[in-house]
Amino acid sequence: MKIIVCIKQVLDAKDVHLDPVTNNLLREGVPSIMNPYDQYAVEEAVRLKELLGGEVTVLSMGPPQAEDVLRQAISCGADHAVLVSDRAFAGADTWATSYTLAMAIQAIGAFELILCGKQAIDGDTAQVGPSLALRLGIPFVTCVQKVRQATDSGLILERMMDDGYDVLSVDYPALLTVVKDINKPRVPSLKGKMRAKKIEIRKLTAADIGADPLCIGLPGSPTQVEKVFSPPVRSQHTVFTGSIDEQIDQLIDSLKAYL
Amino acid sequence: MLTTETEVGIACDSGAIKNEELDKNAPLDPASCSGVWVFSEFRRGALASVSLELLGIGRKLADSRKVPLSAILIGYETGEAARQLIGHGADVVYRVEDPALVYFTDDAYGAILTDLIREHKPEIVLAGATAIGRSFIPAVANILNTGLTGDCTELSIREEDGALLQTKPAFGGNIMATIVCLHSRPQMSTVRPKVMAPLAFDGDRQGQIIDVTPSPAQLVSRVRVLELVVSEQDNVNIQDASILVAGGRGLDSAKGFSLMHELADSLGGAVAATRASVDAGWISYPHQVGQTGKTVAPQLYIACGISGALQHTAGMQSAETVVAINRDKNAPIFGMADFGLVGDLFEIVPKLITRIAERRKSWGKS
Amino acid sequence: MDYFLSEEQKMIVETARQITNEYIIPHRAALDEQDKFPRTILNAMAQADLFGIPVPEEFGGFGGGCLDIVLALEQLGRGCIGVGTAFAASSLGIYPILQAGSQEMRERYLPDAAAGKKFAAFGLTEANAGSDASGIQTTAVLDGDEWVVNGTKQWITNGGEAQIYTIVAITDRSKGPRGASMLVVEEGDPGFSCGPKEKKMGIRASSTTELIFKDCRIPKDRLIGRKGTGFITIMKTLDSSRPGIAALGLGLAQAALDEAACYAKQRVQFGKPIIAFQAVQHMLADMAIQLEAARALVYGAARHIDAHPQNMSKVSSMCKVFATDMAMKVATDAVQVMGGYGYMREYPVEKMMRDAKILQIYEGTNQIQRNVVGQELNKEYARVSVNG
Repeated sequence: MKIIVCIKQVLDAKDVHLDPVTNNLLREGVPSIMNPYDQYAVEEAVRLKELLGGEVTVLSMGPPQAEDVLRQAISCGADHAVLVSDRAFAGADTWATSYTLAMAIQAIGAFELILCGKQAIDGDTAQVGPSLALRLGIPFVTCVQKVRQATDSGLILERMMDDGYDVLSVDYPALLTVVKDINKPRVPSLKGKMRAKKIEIRKLTAADIGADPLCIGLPGSPTQVEKVFSPPVRSQHTVFTGSIDEQIDQLIDSLKAYL
Repeated sequence: MLTTETEVGIACDSGAIKNEELDKNAPLDPASCSGVWVFSEFRRGALASVSLELLGIGRKLADSRKVPLSAILIGYETGEAARQLIGHGADVVYRVEDPALVYFTDDAYGAILTDLIREHKPEIVLAGATAIGRSFIPAVANILNTGLTGDCTELSIREEDGALLQTKPAFGGNIMATIVCLHSRPQMSTVRPKVMAPLAFDGDRQGQIIDVTPSPAQLVSRVRVLELVVSEQDNVNIQDASILVAGGRGLDSAKGFSLMHELADSLGGAVAATRASVDAGWISYPHQVGQTGKTVAPQLYIACGISGALQHTAGMQSAETVVAINRDKNAPIFGMADFGLVGDLFEIVPKLITRIAERRKSWGKS
Repeated sequence: MDYFLSEEQKMIVETARQITNEYIIPHRAALDEQDKFPRTILNAMAQADLFGIPVPEEFGGFGGGCLDIVLALEQLGRGCIGVGTAFAASSLGIYPILQAGSQEMRERYLPDAAAGKKFAAFGLTEANAGSDASGIQTTAVLDGDEWVVNGTKQWITNGGEAQIYTIVAITDRSKGPRGASMLVVEEGDPGFSCGPKEKKMGIRASSTTELIFKDCRIPKDRLIGRKGTGFITIMKTLDSSRPGIAALGLGLAQAALDEAACYAKQRVQFGKPIIAFQAVQHMLADMAIQLEAARALVYGAARHIDAHPQNMSKVSSMCKVFATDMAMKVATDAVQVMGGYGYMREYPVEKMMRDAKILQIYEGTNQIQRNVVGQELNKEYARVSVNG
């Protein structure tokens, strides 16, 4: 069983703000982390490998420092790591990103299963998984909350829906995106950490994967960011005072519209 | 668990990348595209409420572009749904019915919508940012070689060039971004539930219903639906609720959440939770709001025993009105709440429930 | 303070810290209330390779030394020394095999122990043999190709939960201390059973039971080392394991200090956070000073043991006494700083204070440790005069 997990290094979203004057993203001092959803994808891949045998390759598109999240995935049990990195990828939207990942996967070779996190916490788009499956011509299931059964030929899955969940079956090759409920990622092991320190990460450029320059980075992106701005702040903060009963009186008055 | 009779999975032939096919699908020419489309989600015998909200904003966009507004209805035994869509603002409803469409599948719904778009060339396609919309719309956009902006909270038309300005939160809501898709069509967006207002139903509104028969090829799905399971809990669809009562670590136990359910019931709302309380096993994951949970934008959000860690507030900061109940008056949640109550939630909430009940009763009488 | 840890040692700290934060701290109160053995947590530790730290690389471990295990136990102790004790007792249980077992015996037991697939326990204490190990009454008699073991061990950590038990039995009473031997008993051996779980004041996540041997027959090759070397093996085992107990004390004291200091920052009386009052500040300062002094001693002792394995009794006992007395004092003071809140089960320092007490008692009471230090001094000063 060959499994590829697509992971992304992101800025920790909770620390990201805009400069109030220049409206530039304030990146300084903001830690880079593995996209939280991707940790669940890595863990699920390692579990499937432990169950069915095989190998897990983690793949990331990003700047050279994205190596960190690949090493982290190795410490959690992944076997191989591939970084697709090229200045030409800069400014990619989800279309260009899924094209690039698809070309990289083609360069990596055969697989049965691709796993992705449900979405990245920076763009919050949740589009790369389905788009990548489409490009690879394979079926996909988004928001998988549980792998009920895994065999050498396919999977039975629970897909989280707004009102419950759907039980689905799919044969390999396939792509899944996973939500947090699917597992509890393990603590990286000491042996894994040792391996992560030493492992050679395979690096691929745009030329290595045979990418069409018009399909990657900014030129390959149908959407453009027109502007960014800070969300409006709540102006009024009323913290009531007085006894509990008095506070409740004031709240009931303030919430008239909703009651 | 392992089946023995099946062959070892066949590795995907990497040649399966359908680049040639994608290349054939050069993006639609903006000049030839016209009309605003709304994908109308129909599941378990009912339209999703976001579908009606989409018609509200879709109507505005269509009027601004002076083009018709069409709704795409895919499913089986959709009954009066098409009439409902017209009553809420659609000029045309493309209705695609087949027993095979009773359950949502990415393949069939995707193929049908893609083919309809290719045939009729709308300039704008909107869908709800629901589990279904977020699943299959990205693939549709990709096969059409066009852009998609997910989770929009604001849509408008730019006067100068007629471009659709799509505004969405990023970085968990810390930043808003306005996205445009200038050179390819359709311009596609998924829109968060509860953000746009639906138009009032008008039974006299006239519109056209066009029935489309799907081809057998369109109905093939590589993913098989075995079962649909509705959550046994009252309402896990917290993104659809206009009032949310949310509990955090301060509830101390699963029992604390029964109090949250009582308060939610008294307000006709649903129950949300922080990651800590989900991880502690007090309530299930579909209720989680925040960075690794759902993003919600209800009209009223009552945070009980929630300190206000950014991982949580990232998922609820678009709520219209926020009420915080916490015994620590320095809790960061008060910094983003419109109204704050300082005290023991186990004392405050039961009293609040009683007061709400009295209030509603007295109005009922008057 | 910077203790100049190696990259590998930092990795151990990071891994144990993550286990503590994610698996132990959220569940410690429930484990304590329910007297529940932390199997899930130990499994997570196994998956993270922590059980492999003391095991040589050839058996699938890390070949780590005393300081490595100290660093891991300090972190675990920050979460719960009940869980830490279950982990430490397993290392203690395999130590005799590591130290004195034949190559065959090591191959048989160490890989599973390193992987955390099997837990171990160490059986020394009996009703009449605690601090005075010479009172041991459990016997092992060779009968053909088998040892026949009879007797009862008391208060054995991991009893009923472990799969590998290393125990001391008298194989030749006429030879006094040289008549004791160590043997491996496995879960399921005929004639071997464990008593019910004891109800304890603290470290309630750990399991403590009797080990009961009634004509328990085990193969001849379960003897650890040569016959009659039991006491030497025990002494070596305890000398190298005591800094681990000291490390649990460091972790517990650190956690108690953290709780007390955070509370003192938040708690307002007379219009000020109580940390602004000198009476409270001085208590916190003393806690911090004692803790850092103990840490320096424990790390120093562990490094000494790693460098000089032939000469470790004194430093081992010194660090155990100092760090565990310190932990008891710091935990008690943390409760005091937090006042009524500290005494309530809702806050973790109440449990820490109950837990801390065992550190002064088990693996040799602190009185016995002082004896060891005293005897060593007696020997040293026989050779040294005041004028050098």
